[in-house]
Amino acid sequence: MKRHALTVYALLVVGYLMLPIAVVILFSFNKPAGRFNYVWEEFTLDNWVHWNSILGIQDAIITSLEVGLLATLVATVLGTLIAIAIVRHQFVGRGTTNVLVFLPMSTPEIVLGASLLTLFLNTTAIFQLGFGTIFIAHVMFIVSFIVVTVKARLIGFDRHLEEAALDLGANEVTTFRKITLPLIAPAMLAAALLGFALSIDDFVITYFNAGATQTFPVFVWGIARVSVPPQVNVVASAIFLVAIALALGNVFWQYRSAKKTQGAT
Amino acid sequence: MTDTTRERQGSNLSQTPAVADVRLEDVVKRFDDSTAVDGISLEIPRGSFFALLGPSGCGKTTTLRMIGGFEEPTEGRIFLGDQDVVGRPPYKRDVNTVFQSYALFPHMSIEGNVAFGLERKRVPKDELKGRVAEILELVGLSGFAKRKPRQLSGGQQQRVALARALVNHPRVLLLDEPLGALDLKLRKQMQLELKRIQHEVGITFVHVTHDQEEAMTMADTIAVMSGGKIEQLGPPTELYERPATAFVAGFLGVSNLLPGTVEGADAIRLDEGTVVRAVLNGRSGQVAAGVRPEKISIGAGGGSNELPGTISETAYIGVATQVVVRTAAGTVQVFAQNMDAGGRIPAPGTNVVLSWAPESTFVVDRADSVMEEETE
Repeated sequence: MKRHALTVYALLVVGYLMLPIAVVILFSFNKPAGRFNYVWEEFTLDNWVHWNSILGIQDAIITSLEVGLLATLVATVLGTLIAIAIVRHQFVGRGTTNVLVFLPMSTPEIVLGASLLTLFLNTTAIFQLGFGTIFIAHVMFIVSFIVVTVKARLIGFDRHLEEAALDLGANEVTTFRKITLPLIAPAMLAAALLGFALSIDDFVITYFNAGATQTFPVFVWGIARVSVPPQVNVVASAIFLVAIALALGNVFWQYRSAKKTQGAT
Repeated sequence: MTDTTRERQGSNLSQTPAVADVRLEDVVKRFDDSTAVDGISLEIPRGSFFALLGPSGCGKTTTLRMIGGFEEPTEGRIFLGDQDVVGRPPYKRDVNTVFQSYALFPHMSIEGNVAFGLERKRVPKDELKGRVAEILELVGLSGFAKRKPRQLSGGQQQRVALARALVNHPRVLLLDEPLGALDLKLRKQMQLELKRIQHEVGITFVHVTHDQEEAMTMADTIAVMSGGKIEQLGPPTELYERPATAFVAGFLGVSNLLPGTVEGADAIRLDEGTVVRAVLNGRSGQVAAGVRPEKISIGAGGGSNELPGTISETAYIGVATQVVVRTAAGTVQVFAQNMDAGGRIPAPGTNVVLSWAPESTFVVDRADSVMEEETE
């Protein structure tokens, strides 16, 4: 009886969480009467077929993907190096760096966005608001997550492994490539996925520093003041499906490697 | 103490005129607030099984790490063969290490782990495969090549670590408490196994351990370390029969140390008045006469050194009976071998005479012996 109660409760929670997403997906197949996609009228596939028929939506998506990929890549490299420096080396300012790296995670986004805007407006000779400033802002907040994740992995990692590689004739570069990197790669990948998700999703910081450039969230916010076309739902649904596919792929891959390990024993 | 060390080295040198595989000259290692190694000089002849023995914090692991290249000495020189290797990174030293934690690469197969060193040396594929198979055979893990380290037991992982180091045919193999993580039975088995492998490959082994029995079982030469210095260096029998310091006497086995003063060429007058004869090695002044518990007989006839006392406790432990005897010179421990059933050991409270041979009596510094008692 108790067990059933728990199952029902869990299902209710999942339902509560999924309901808004279900509505978003459902309304991506709607054919709205007016400019707003709030009332169910009629089923259609037009929105999915002509997903880019709204002016600017395609460019905004491309910008979002470009910023997300580039910022994640740069932040992953940078963050991994910072994590290695903090964990493996003693240097002046190590403690300070360790604290400062957490700041972007704990500071309210609106403060970060406004501060960055102040910085960029005071250095217009170097920074013009646009793709570049969005990119810089995104790298800044993604780096924190990368550093924290990779650092945790490095701390729980037997230092002797690297010494053993050096001992067996591998120089520092080979040791990093053959031992350190493969062992921290899962943490880097997890952190990068998180970073990419944060970047695609970010509105507040981006809005302050975007200038005339539009990422997808900024585009949606802009267009929502005059109309909400169902294409926005289409893109949102697509992002959701990609995320689900990635998660399922991950589960499947883990299941398979676990089975492989079992098979060998 | 240092005098004895030098003297032992001298004798060691004359026995092995060939170039030593490892030579340390006045090596000192200081960390921020402490001195881990405080002026060590030693030579390890080719093909020997050398043990660095001491309690934790005595500097033995630091010494090993300096030979391996993971730490640089603050002062002094380290030679491998005739080359000074100070300042060289580990990958440019012809030594390999078996780490205490094994440090097997978790993302590689056993084969991949063992082949790692050969791949770095760009050994051709065919030769590499042969050598990996051969070494896995030597450590008895032929069927495990494709497995991952976490699928192996502790003892098997230990063998992989050994194979991974040995396959490179290093000039010297460094072993950092390699058996520390194994249970007692497996450890005993691996001790003999390691000794067999060392005989088979003929590579110089330098073995760090805090287990005196392990060092005595395996090594031909032991350096006993304490406080960053070498207390005594020599073959196991010499360390046991003729310990040069109270620390060595206490660290290897059990010793009875009786304080006294040298009197004449071969005698010590104990503080309470009894005169015992001993091998003095030219010592004079205030000393302590030492004797191992198993060298003492209860009753006269065990030798010309005699000491009266009263039995205060006896404990039957199978191979021997442990007897504690109170004497005017202090408490003395005796291990009486149980040669025949029935037990001839007198009951507690009995007055007895202890006797032992002068050759079994060694001499150590008294200052040390006081310290030793304090630490115990």
